[in-house]
Amino acid sequence: MTVPRIRFTFWKAIFLFIMAAGVYCTFLRFFRGLGASTNLSDQFPWGLWIGFDVMCGVMLAAGGFTLTAAVEIFNIKRFHSIVRPTILTAFLGYLLVCAALMYDLGLPWNIWHPLVMRNPHSVMFEVAWCVMLYTTVLALEFSPIVLEHFQLKRALKIVRSVMVVFVILGVLLSTLHQSSLGTLYLIMPNKLHPFWWSPLLPVFFFVSAIAVGLAMTIFESSMSSKYFGRELELPILRDLGRVLVVVLALYGILRFEDLYHRGVLNLVLVSSYQQRFFLLEIFLSVAAPLGLLLIPKVRESAQGLYLAAVLTLLGFVTNRLNVTITGVENAGAHYTPKWTEVVITAMFVALGFAIFGLVARYLPIFPEEKVHIPALSEPEARFAEVVVPVHAGD
Amino acid sequence: MSKGILYDATQCIGCKQCEQACATENGLPYDDLIADQQITSAHKYTAILIKDDKFMRKLCMNCDDPACASVCPVGAMKKTALGPVTYDKGRCMGCRYCMAACPFGVPKYEWEKAVPGVRKCIMCSKRVAQGKQTACAEICPTGATKFGDREQLLEEAKKRIHDNPGKYLPHIFGETEVGGTSVMLLSSVPFNLFGFRTDLTERALPMYTYQVLSRIPDFVPLFGTMLGGIYWITHRREDVAEAEAQENEQKGGER
Ligand code: SF4
Ligand code: SF4
Ligand code: SF4
Repeated sequence: MTVPRIRFTFWKAIFLFIMAAGVYCTFLRFFRGLGASTNLSDQFPWGLWIGFDVMCGVMLAAGGFTLTAAVEIFNIKRFHSIVRPTILTAFLGYLLVCAALMYDLGLPWNIWHPLVMRNPHSVMFEVAWCVMLYTTVLALEFSPIVLEHFQLKRALKIVRSVMVVFVILGVLLSTLHQSSLGTLYLIMPNKLHPFWWSPLLPVFFFVSAIAVGLAMTIFESSMSSKYFGRELELPILRDLGRVLVVVLALYGILRFEDLYHRGVLNLVLVSSYQQRFFLLEIFLSVAAPLGLLLIPKVRESAQGLYLAAVLTLLGFVTNRLNVTITGVENAGAHYTPKWTEVVITAMFVALGFAIFGLVARYLPIFPEEKVHIPALSEPEARFAEVVVPVHAGD
Repeated sequence: MSKGILYDATQCIGCKQCEQACATENGLPYDDLIADQQITSAHKYTAILIKDDKFMRKLCMNCDDPACASVCPVGAMKKTALGPVTYDKGRCMGCRYCMAACPFGVPKYEWEKAVPGVRKCIMCSKRVAQGKQTACAEICPTGATKFGDREQLLEEAKKRIHDNPGKYLPHIFGETEVGGTSVMLLSSVPFNLFGFRTDLTERALPMYTYQVLSRIPDFVPLFGTMLGGIYWITHRREDVAEAEAQENEQKGGER
């Protein structure tokens, strides 16, 4: 039983190392400026922090609205047990996105300006408002978990009675800003490579957010069954896998039709820097996961679903990075993130995992009866470790 | 009436007095080293580009419908009625969307500063508001940089091309590019020789986003009602169950 413990301290060490480096890079960013802490330039004003921390951050938090919509609005009750972890991920995700934005903005202390200085013609203005409102909505959607923990029954009742409104508002706001992150790039028809610039960008961003929301939920459930000794809700994940197949297929067809109608399909066959990244993206985001999930054996197994989910996530992360970086490199300038940028990004990812772990440990985000906390006792912990492979195998 | 600048490369002698005047006007440093830099930057709003014996001038085009102003979430970039596209650092939050969106790569950033701002030619907005010419036009010894009403300058440019067959490219850069710009350029050699994009759309760039954004106010009530409706329909059974439970309770009370 020493194995899991060593692994735990190993991760702890890595975490502490990343945090220490992160603190140093934070110092560099705020005391030495953007010039000293990033490889950004006049030719390349947006880099890793926008491409990953903001674009991918918001995308990876899409499970929150996808699952609440399915459970609360479409009333698909069997997904109920996995809603809370996705809300937690979404809430954490948005908080981290806001924190990361503070690093990227040149004048972060002016971040509140869109509240009072309005330019309704700006997509960024709309995104700012949506993200702000949605983070508030997520806090409210998350609040029952805290209220339950502290047994505040009256407050709980009040929150529950108005929850529908928040759920609808949350789905609405998510739809708007998930797609708007794509709309951000509509104004660059001559800058962004034709693989990625399309009038349908908002649609692509929205549909892929749903795919990522589903993949993220599968990923999360698999992870928490591994590390929190939860039972794996395989039947639920299988359902999610099926929905994922449909969404990915729709997305793939849409992308294909778009390339075809814009007459750039032939570019796919011409070898180029952008072409390689485009093929990688399509392979990871559509071809590979779709291919895997169409095999019944894979679709039914825990590992198969997990693998397909991870591929989907990697694929759409590649997509967002292609839109923000590879596709813009088309304009001539090149960009590779500086080590400080990578460290800050790693710090936010590590923080996300760590806080999720902490909250999951102390607040009731999983349905009570199914939790087996590994730290409780040795036999319990062993049980938790064993549960995974047994379930994973069938 | 909207003002503009017409730069005629065939009349330019490369004296760079416009660069100097711009630096003085905007409180920017200027010396021989900076004069040699053939790119615009945070400390150089305009640059004379030299290719063999040909010249070209780079400055903010002060677009008629500027991408930079349309994308700025806080309205720090603004198109004024007189023509100049101005910048207000007091509003700016440093998101740099203006830089990403500008089709000419004009706005530059003070990357090294602790309190950085966006820097670009603002078509001498203060001078223009006072009815004066821009500093660069005023100093130009040959009239290669000319300030005036945009419409009149456009007519004049067309006339110059018409009256001097073979001297000019039959293209006024800025007449239709991204919906037209306050600054217009004439040249005898292709503009892409100096790094100008010649494949730019003639549509005002903000229209691409406006097409989508303008639908949002209509979309919100429709989508909201749809979601609410779906909720209402899918939860019918629970409502029925609840009503029945209440009925049963009442019956129990009556007994
Ligand atoms: S050239 Fe660029 S910076 Fe200048 S007004 Fe047009 S969009 Fe704005
Ligand atoms: S960097 Fe400043 S001026 Fe440019 S878009 Fe952002 S807020 Fe506006
Ligand atoms: S118009 Fe004014 S700010 Fe612009 S280049 Fe000329 S002198 Fe400089």
